[in-house]
Amino acid sequence: MLYNIFIDPFVQMVQMPDLLVQTLWEGLVSGVLYALIALGFVLIFKASGVFNFAQGIMVVFSALTLVGFYEKFSAAGFSGHTAAFVALILTAGVMFVLAMLVERVVLRPLVNQPDIILFMATFGVTYVLIGFGEMVFGGDPKQMIASELFLPSGSVDVEMLGGLVSFQKIDIAAAVIASVMIVGLALFFQKTRIGRALRAVADSHKAALSVGISLNQIWVIVWFAAGLVALVTGIMWGARSDVSFALEIVALKALPVLVLGGLTSVPGAIVGGLIIGIGEKLGEFYWGPLLGGGIESWFAYAIALLFLLYRPQGLFGDKIIERI
Amino acid sequence: MSLKNWLYALSAAASLTLPAVHGAQAQEESIYVPLFTYRTGPFAGSGTPIANGMHDYLTLLNERDGGIGGVKLIVEECETGYDTKKGLECYESVKPKKPVIVNPWSTGITLPLIPKAAVDKIPVLSMAYGLSASAKGDTFPWIFNPPATYWDGFTQILQYIATQEGGGIDKLKGKKIGYIYLDASFGREPLPLIEQLSKELGFEAKLYPVAAADMQNQSSQWLSVRRDKPDYMILYGWGALNATAVKEAVKTNYPMEKFISIWWPSEDDAKGAGDGAKGFKTLNWHAVGADFPLLADIQKHVVDAGKSQVSGKDKVGQVLYNRGIYNSMLIAEAIRKAQEITGKKAVTGEDVRRGLEGLNIDEARLKEIGLEGFTGAVKLSCADHNGHFSTFVQSWNGTTYEKVSDYIAPMSDKVGPLLDADAKAYAEKNAPWPARAEACDAS
Repeated sequence: MLYNIFIDPFVQMVQMPDLLVQTLWEGLVSGVLYALIALGFVLIFKASGVFNFAQGIMVVFSALTLVGFYEKFSAAGFSGHTAAFVALILTAGVMFVLAMLVERVVLRPLVNQPDIILFMATFGVTYVLIGFGEMVFGGDPKQMIASELFLPSGSVDVEMLGGLVSFQKIDIAAAVIASVMIVGLALFFQKTRIGRALRAVADSHKAALSVGISLNQIWVIVWFAAGLVALVTGIMWGARSDVSFALEIVALKALPVLVLGGLTSVPGAIVGGLIIGIGEKLGEFYWGPLLGGGIESWFAYAIALLFLLYRPQGLFGDKIIERI
Repeated sequence: MSLKNWLYALSAAASLTLPAVHGAQAQEESIYVPLFTYRTGPFAGSGTPIANGMHDYLTLLNERDGGIGGVKLIVEECETGYDTKKGLECYESVKPKKPVIVNPWSTGITLPLIPKAAVDKIPVLSMAYGLSASAKGDTFPWIFNPPATYWDGFTQILQYIATQEGGGIDKLKGKKIGYIYLDASFGREPLPLIEQLSKELGFEAKLYPVAAADMQNQSSQWLSVRRDKPDYMILYGWGALNATAVKEAVKTNYPMEKFISIWWPSEDDAKGAGDGAKGFKTLNWHAVGADFPLLADIQKHVVDAGKSQVSGKDKVGQVLYNRGIYNSMLIAEAIRKAQEITGKKAVTGEDVRRGLEGLNIDEARLKEIGLEGFTGAVKLSCADHNGHFSTFVQSWNGTTYEKVSDYIAPMSDKVGPLLDADAKAYAEKNAPWPARAEACDAS
């Protein structure tokens, strides 16, 4: 048994290095996508101190809206690519309207209420979006319009390390797009005036208000950014599977990332996503069979908790020292 | 009591009594058939077409025939989201309305209903899902799971594999067979059978469970498939799991002609993987397509009349829509048989249980229904609540599923004793399990 746990997985890694590379690649792609989902949570938490329970359904809602618009435009005679990009722009518009509605209807009336009230309000947003989404789009799964959005298909197969490592082009695209998006958002919030305002809001609502930062404007911007993140996540996960309400579950994969990386750290979301993505794939592939398989869903939490044991403040959190 | 108070009391009594009388009359004139469905949530992709098929068939009977035997059906959906807790809430909410049958549409929901059914006198129809051993009518008089169990299905797939290997079941010896499944009651159901048969038939079984949370994230499982190199892969999936599994199989370059599923994947599940999915196979026991008089009637009386929830006319005739049709055909025929046995029009759950045991839908009856050639005959009995009927293999051609095998009977010699043992074990585990007290009507 000890051999199977401590020796055999590493023997396998040495004996089949091509599969190790493949596992690391799959983990990397999943990790980048988890980071993207986690980023949606982090953005909103930083700006409003709210854990946005609706982030998962926003992924579904944006993807369904995109496909729904596309179907309408292609039925109206637009060509595939034109319809897809018009649909993409309109979907971004819908996410902006959603951000405004959330700010007006949910956040603004609840200013200064305890965080738990705001958290519960995001439950409300979730169920409204589920109901509205099902009413408009139905429950049927839909195909993501990947090729219409010029997302590649097929694979790049590379012979290496005595085997064949397959890189799916859609996965490469997902990793690149997610990375660009993450870097773009990080730069936006670090280097721009709005970004500085966001950080001020994150530190203290009252202090930010006192220097003339519009809380409402920041909330709209942040919810819109989270909406765009949800849209990209929906496109990428939808292309890997299908566009259905099952996508909502994917958002759960971000929770161990948040446990590990913290709710307030953008670098934490990125590095946490990669650690969880790669860790769970290695765990499932090499150690899963010892435990009957299917360990991925809880193994991610085990990794996060193990890290917290040694670094309770999370990956990038500061050690809080309070004098008493 | 003053006159005024008497008048108040009388009017209050009248107001309480009149609806009760009216309700009793309504009950006398109608048959309540709740449908547990899931048009929402992660499994809606599978649940919606089935719900549409079930609902449309029963709506047709109301619209075209005025119900069954002149009695209108009250059809009411309860949304379970494929969630066991919600399913049980649905059950409790419909119970006071005296349903004549319950269709849980989830193995997870079916299992806790098994002990309740006999107490509440409501038969449970778990059509080709649920507890395989509930086929034993002597132990489970209130549970019905025609036309085949998950265990039957597994042996049918094994036999198909043996045929592909050019011979009898002995050809499985030394083969490596992968089993990828939803890690829930449904997917775990055949595990005891797999363990037993792998020993008896000499094949190596590799298990790849997929948690519901990872349905759309199966790369680890398919990496393991790539490492283990199973000769064949068997899929027991539901909802988004099926679509993702087909996509991952294509991505892994797994030979699709060796990837065979139990009877649940839909057209959409295969379509998403593009041309690479051609050759993907599933079991089935009924036709695909809308070229049947009954489906034409549904189109005319239900879909065209705006009484269906299908999102497009092309959805009528798809594999899971037709599965819903088949399910409602069993319901309707059981009610009809119950009316015939009892002579009553407004039958009860107890009557419909008898109707299910006496169910005998032969070729002539299928023709009358408007489903000639749609499926094989169905005959149940007091002892056999399943029938263990043959299924065939269908293959995805890029547009639709095509039948590619003859009908394959389950390996009853292997499954039968295991079902007996499992039913016995269930009764012992749930002691004191009531001995069958229900009389058996001569069929």
